Amino acid sequence: MATGYRLIEHTADIGLIARGENLGEAYANAARGMFSIITDLRKVRLRQSVTLSISEQNLDMLLFEWLNRLLFYFDTRGIILRDFEVDLAGHSRLTALCRGEIYDPDRHIIKTGIKAATFHQLSVRADTGTVRVIFDV
Amino acid sequence: MNNYRGILEKIDAYRWRLNQNYTACMHVPGIIYASERMLAHINEDNVLNQVANVACLPGITGYSLAMPDVHWGYGFPIGGVAAMSRDDGVISPGGVGFDINCGVRLLTTSLDSADLQPKIRALIDELYVSIPSGLGASGKINLKSREIDRVLEDGSRWAIEQGLGRPEDLACTEESGYFSEACAGNVSLHAKERGAGQLGTLGSGNHFVEVAAVDEIYAPDIARVMGIERAGQVVVWIHTGSRGLGHQVADDYIKIMLQATAKYGITIPDRQLACCPINSPEGKDYLAAMRSAANYAWANRQVITHWVRESFEKTLGTSAGSLGLDLVWDVAHNIARLETHEWQNKKVCLCVHRKGATRSFPAGHPDLPDRYGSVGQPVLIPGDMGRYSFIMVGTHKAMTESFGSTCHGAGRIKSRIAAKTTIDGQDFAASLARRGIIVRAGSISGIAEEASGAYKDISEVIEVAASAGLSDKVARTRPLGVIKG
Repeated sequence: MATGYRLIEHTADIGLIARGENLGEAYANAARGMFSIITDLRKVRLRQSVTLSISEQNLDMLLFEWLNRLLFYFDTRGIILRDFEVDLAGHSRLTALCRGEIYDPDRHIIKTGIKAATFHQLSVRADTGTVRVIFDV
Repeated sequence: MNNYRGILEKIDAYRWRLNQNYTACMHVPGIIYASERMLAHINEDNVLNQVANVACLPGITGYSLAMPDVHWGYGFPIGGVAAMSRDDGVISPGGVGFDINCGVRLLTTSLDSADLQPKIRALIDELYVSIPSGLGASGKINLKSREIDRVLEDGSRWAIEQGLGRPEDLACTEESGYFSEACAGNVSLHAKERGAGQLGTLGSGNHFVEVAAVDEIYAPDIARVMGIERAGQVVVWIHTGSRGLGHQVADDYIKIMLQATAKYGITIPDRQLACCPINSPEGKDYLAAMRSAANYAWANRQVITHWVRESFEKTLGTSAGSLGLDLVWDVAHNIARLETHEWQNKKVCLCVHRKGATRSFPAGHPDLPDRYGSVGQPVLIPGDMGRYSFIMVGTHKAMTESFGSTCHGAGRIKSRIAAKTTIDGQDFAASLARRGIIVRAGSISGIAEEASGAYKDISEVIEVAASAGLSDKVARTRPLGVIKG
């Protein structure tokens, strides 16, 4: 896989592997992959932005919190995001600018709801810029 | 066949033992409830490793159990039951899942399916409008911060006080619709923010409201106690949980538990099994937060019940009271509870984790309301939307075999990706329509993911549960119409 993401099969749930030139890009691609499970991203315009800053103990927890925080914004503000600029500072801090728009049931196709990113088989490989996560759907 | 591929030892036709030496860290063996035919799929599905992983958790008592609908989950298998000693065992948010107190309730009506037939489409349309479902659905209720704390601490009681239900609904809900030892202060602001606008919403995935007809009655005397009188009688199934609030509570506490796991020197084979001693401060905090989220889920199903009643009234022009719409029972199938069980001839307090499993208490159990004292607890097992659902009843054997537990559904056999690529949602909806089953869903691909072909045949799961004695068959229903997210 070049940079980007691919979905992986899991009986009850769904997961993805994302890759980037660096880990920040892999985290961004994981987020894009997650929202691609939820809706058809081609229909999502860049009209709103959210800036995020997250601190956690390590890269794994940062990935878990990053994706779940985006689901929190989707749940509470109804915002679908598809464009992400992620900066990682060391192994414990992430800042991001995320862009997308408010979910519009008339224009956006509903695919699959995601409850949460899980720690099951979650991995972050800094050497290859690859992350893996399984979602609870 | 005395064993399955040298991995599982056959106990009898429906029980298979995963020996403790399967992995080094297992404290107890695993028991898988399955027919021989089901084993091939179970083995392919990584379930056995997950059963073994759960057996590695400190304080697990007896066995790591897999119910007949077991399938690969994240951390715990879906359909997994683990009873932990209250004194020296652990509690694990992963053993409850993200959808805390996801559960099912069943209402009976005085209607016959033939009477409803001319109005079924209008009824399903009305339900679809009155009960928000699907992605990003926000409800008709918007809770202010003090109000959400009351929902978290009072559960279904809050809804009844708001006029969203009948007082008698409480006695027909597990725990009477609320855990008294909940604490809203243990639930984060993020969780409350997610929950504020979602009370009274179904959500997406496998959640639904289904109008169904009784199809077959196996135990008429027990069915009558539940209000199930005759074939053709219309009933309503409601399946949903604690929505974003529960997901956030799980997120928050899994992170806390990962630190606690290290702090208490616990080794776990999968981080999604992060856990801590039940009696530790972290364990008590999680239990109080989980109970709060469970209360939210009970309130959620209670509010939806009220809107189901209103939708029937509006469509049929008759009062809900005269239509029956009585609550039979409400089960929680993603939950951890402190329960008293008999183990090795002693009464012990156990924290029973049921991750996709239903409590199955027998006649005479002190936790049952008077109505069910003489027959046992109703066990509600929804199937997929194209086939059947089953009403069962708890058994004494479940108490000795599975810490009072049985299956919770059909169990998936196809991943969501595979279901979507091999099943056409539109074709499936059309095939349901030809059989007179009306589906309203926010998403065609959602229908494909939840199509019958994605699941095991629930009849097979039910046969194993009944033959193994985990729960007894009472009645079967077939769908007339479904709303889904």
